Amino acid sequence: MGTRTISVVENILDANDRIAQANQELFDSTKTFAINFMASPGAGKTSVILRTVQYLNSRYRMAGVDGDVATTIDADRMAAIGIPAVQINTGGTCHLDAVMLSGALPKIELSEVDLLIIENVGNLICPASFKLGSHLDVLIASVPEGDDKPYKYPKMYRGVKATLLNKIDLLPYLDFDVEYFRKGVEVLNPGLAFFQISAKTGDGFEAYIDWLRNQIDVYLERA
Amino acid sequence: MHELPFVESVLKITVEQAQQAKAKRVVGVNLVIGDLSSMVDESVQFYWDIVSEGTIAEGAKLHFKRLPVVFQCKDCGTKYQLDGKHLACPKCGSTHVAIVGGDEAHFESIEIE
Repeated sequence: MGTRTISVVENILDANDRIAQANQELFDSTKTFAINFMASPGAGKTSVILRTVQYLNSRYRMAGVDGDVATTIDADRMAAIGIPAVQINTGGTCHLDAVMLSGALPKIELSEVDLLIIENVGNLICPASFKLGSHLDVLIASVPEGDDKPYKYPKMYRGVKATLLNKIDLLPYLDFDVEYFRKGVEVLNPGLAFFQISAKTGDGFEAYIDWLRNQIDVYLERA
Repeated sequence: MHELPFVESVLKITVEQAQQAKAKRVVGVNLVIGDLSSMVDESVQFYWDIVSEGTIAEGAKLHFKRLPVVFQCKDCGTKYQLDGKHLACPKCGSTHVAIVGGDEAHFESIEIE
């Protein structure tokens, strides 16, 4: 019996995308706005999130999902400031995908949550390939990573709605060309929101939080 | 490591398609992968050999058609590829550009017996 070739018209990650869609429908059914924060390890995801939560805590009911290869350090840090958090240990996998997230969602009382903060695994490569079903995807870049990252990891900058450039308190000490960085981001993702912040000093947070609050309020129909 | 869920998805679709076609076994899988998809061919094949064990796709060879990341200038229409340093149009210098290729991650065909 000979070999024959049959043509197959399928996108490889369709299954993930379908589950991401189901996650979003679940969020919509409870009117929960889901934000997915992505960044490389050490960009300051947890610090940015903790400061963000402090700004928004009195306005929204919040919960968190933390993705990490191992440990519950990040979920513990959220819990310590009063945000119920679920840790997903990916056991070596370098990103969260829609299936992992859907497995964590039953542990959260979504009907009592206005804002769900998802902290993805620290990685600039594959979180971009796996949709989660979040309403807003945010990339946190940081000054010590260097200004060439949009040129080296173009995909990461394409799928997001906002980029936060963190650790701007280090700009005087490092050769980081903000305009070169920004130009790279702008080419890949024209019109995306761009904020320069420092999670350490709080610089730049007001403009970013105003923008974020607006995104959430429009969704929650509070604007 | 992100290749694993990707490979599991490839296997699931391959087995479904092969069963529908009443195949005895799958000898080859032809995939189209853009360079923006961040998949490493060797890594995909490595996981494939493990997860396809015991299925009708066991031993099938994966073939990759790699597609480069292609930009197109919205001002002068030039199509070009990235050199890793510059994103702007090499012809007119415009940064008013769009990515028109490189995101692909889909099947083309499978070879069955």
